[in-house]
Amino acid sequence: MAVQFVLPDSKSLSQPPSVAAYVVDRTVFVAAAMGALAIIALVVYILWEIGGQALPAISRSGAAFLVNTRWDVQNESFGILPQIWGTLYSSLLALLIGGFVGITIAIFLTQDFLPHRIAVVFRTLIEMLAAIPSVVFGLWGIFVVIPFIRPGANWLHDTAGFIPFFGTSLSGPGLAPAVIVLAIMILPTVTAISQDAIGLVPYKIKEAAYGMGTTRWEAILKVIVPTASGGIFSALVLGFGRALGETIALAMLIGNANQISLSLFSPANTLASLLASNFPEAAQSERQALMYAALVLLAITLVVNVIGTLILVWTSRNMAKT
Amino acid sequence: MITKATQMRESTRGQGSPETPSLMRNSFEPRALRDVFLTVGAWLVAAVGAVPLLSVVYMLIVKGGARLSLELFTELPPAGFEQGGGIGNAIQGTLVTVAIAAVISIPIAVLAAIYLAEFRPDSRIAALARFLSKVLTGFPSILAGVFVYAAVVLLMGSYSALAGGVALAVLMLPTVTLTAEGAMRMVPQRMKDAAIGMGCTNAEVVWHVTVPTALPSIVTGVILAVARVAGESAPLLFTALFSNYWLRSIREPTASLAILIYNFSSMPFDNQIELAWAASLVLVLIVLTFNILSRFIGRPQV
Repeated sequence: MAVQFVLPDSKSLSQPPSVAAYVVDRTVFVAAAMGALAIIALVVYILWEIGGQALPAISRSGAAFLVNTRWDVQNESFGILPQIWGTLYSSLLALLIGGFVGITIAIFLTQDFLPHRIAVVFRTLIEMLAAIPSVVFGLWGIFVVIPFIRPGANWLHDTAGFIPFFGTSLSGPGLAPAVIVLAIMILPTVTAISQDAIGLVPYKIKEAAYGMGTTRWEAILKVIVPTASGGIFSALVLGFGRALGETIALAMLIGNANQISLSLFSPANTLASLLASNFPEAAQSERQALMYAALVLLAITLVVNVIGTLILVWTSRNMAKT
Repeated sequence: MITKATQMRESTRGQGSPETPSLMRNSFEPRALRDVFLTVGAWLVAAVGAVPLLSVVYMLIVKGGARLSLELFTELPPAGFEQGGGIGNAIQGTLVTVAIAAVISIPIAVLAAIYLAEFRPDSRIAALARFLSKVLTGFPSILAGVFVYAAVVLLMGSYSALAGGVALAVLMLPTVTLTAEGAMRMVPQRMKDAAIGMGCTNAEVVWHVTVPTALPSIVTGVILAVARVAGESAPLLFTALFSNYWLRSIREPTASLAILIYNFSSMPFDNQIELAWAASLVLVLIVLTFNILSRFIGRPQV
């Protein structure tokens, strides 16, 4: 005899979802899926739209566009080698400065140089740097950085002008102020990601190093930094990616001169600031060339960012294993 | 005891026993000196890293604060040699474009996050959307401007506040999606399991459990994204353009604080430069307010 637990009026407590609940459930699911698909569609649409607009310029000048050094609106002859050079050169120099300072600050804030509370305050200050809009840094660069470094720059040019890096004098906007501001702008990115990477290093490893009698900096440089090197490297790559795409501060500071020069004090140009300064007044054919330049910028930053993201994913996976 | 230990150490050192070398650290040996040297260096580098921030803040307060008055918020920007004037329409324009961006991007981002965190976290679409979002966050902001120029401005036939808002929405979408997904993943699985056990449909779990629990973190992410795009100028350059007048319709070009600073910084007039600094101060205050707000909302979760 099977015992059945049935309520007196023989109605079950549980019931399947009502039709309305079922419909709502399906609708929400479809809407959420559309949201996710929208992101994929957006990226495809961006590539398609910029690529489509650039197509006439691509078919007209092809790969010559990448090695041509003149941006001549009158003769409709366009080339972006100086801008590619300027983009990579300024970003690399900024990475050199911003990377060094950023990693040092990350070490400084995580390895008990400061009492915990002060370290938190300092960390917040660095995060505030990231909150300052790039156009404000541009304004600051024009009215503070350029006047501040000009005497030193011109002294370097006068005394050591035979070195190609100091080959010209600084008359106003130029590569050096742009690089300094760019370095400050990538500093928070590099510091934040390096801090996280160093924070992932197991405490045991550090204790073991100290137990072996290392000094603080031996432990940092020979044990902690090598252990976190994957994360620190991706911090540098992502910082580099930010520097490549930075626009408005560079458009204000770099001088917008389409030339290739090693000199730190000569004006230069980057892909992003070429777009910012030429796009608004461009006619049909120049606009197509600018779309082509945008595509090149997109390709460069895409490659750098994908590499950075992959390294980050790969190292955090490796860290999780150990 | 202590004297005995010292004696023992003295005696072993005297014998020059190879088994027990001196455990005392000499603070003048090269490696100890290098340690001190590097510590001083780190302090110096950290100090140098803090100088730019202090300098920016100083300039904003001194130069920007000088023009802070009611006139600044209510007047239109001055032309050429005109004196006085304000940045009222730029503040209005920044708020309007950011609001348009938020209205467009937040619903899509939250829905996408629900899919990524709750419905199909391991599907191929989710993996691709997640990866593309990460790539998009590192996307140069000027490209959003170029894209929206091609997709919206050419289509509508004119620059407009709407186009500017769409460009900012493109920048907000991936950041909000990723932070919202992270927030929803932090909701403990047993809470969701309990809701499913009580007979909720998936949509009801999301609506009654996941989203309310993750809401403070989602709001934090949204506010941070708003703060970021409020300061953006590159995407607005050739979408919202600029205007010297008050905004009457979102189909018209509009002024914004960022573009006003950019335009005025290159002008040869002192009046405009002063206004650029004042606009910078206002812009930084807006961005900082959002940042501090997000910290307060996010705090109970942390």
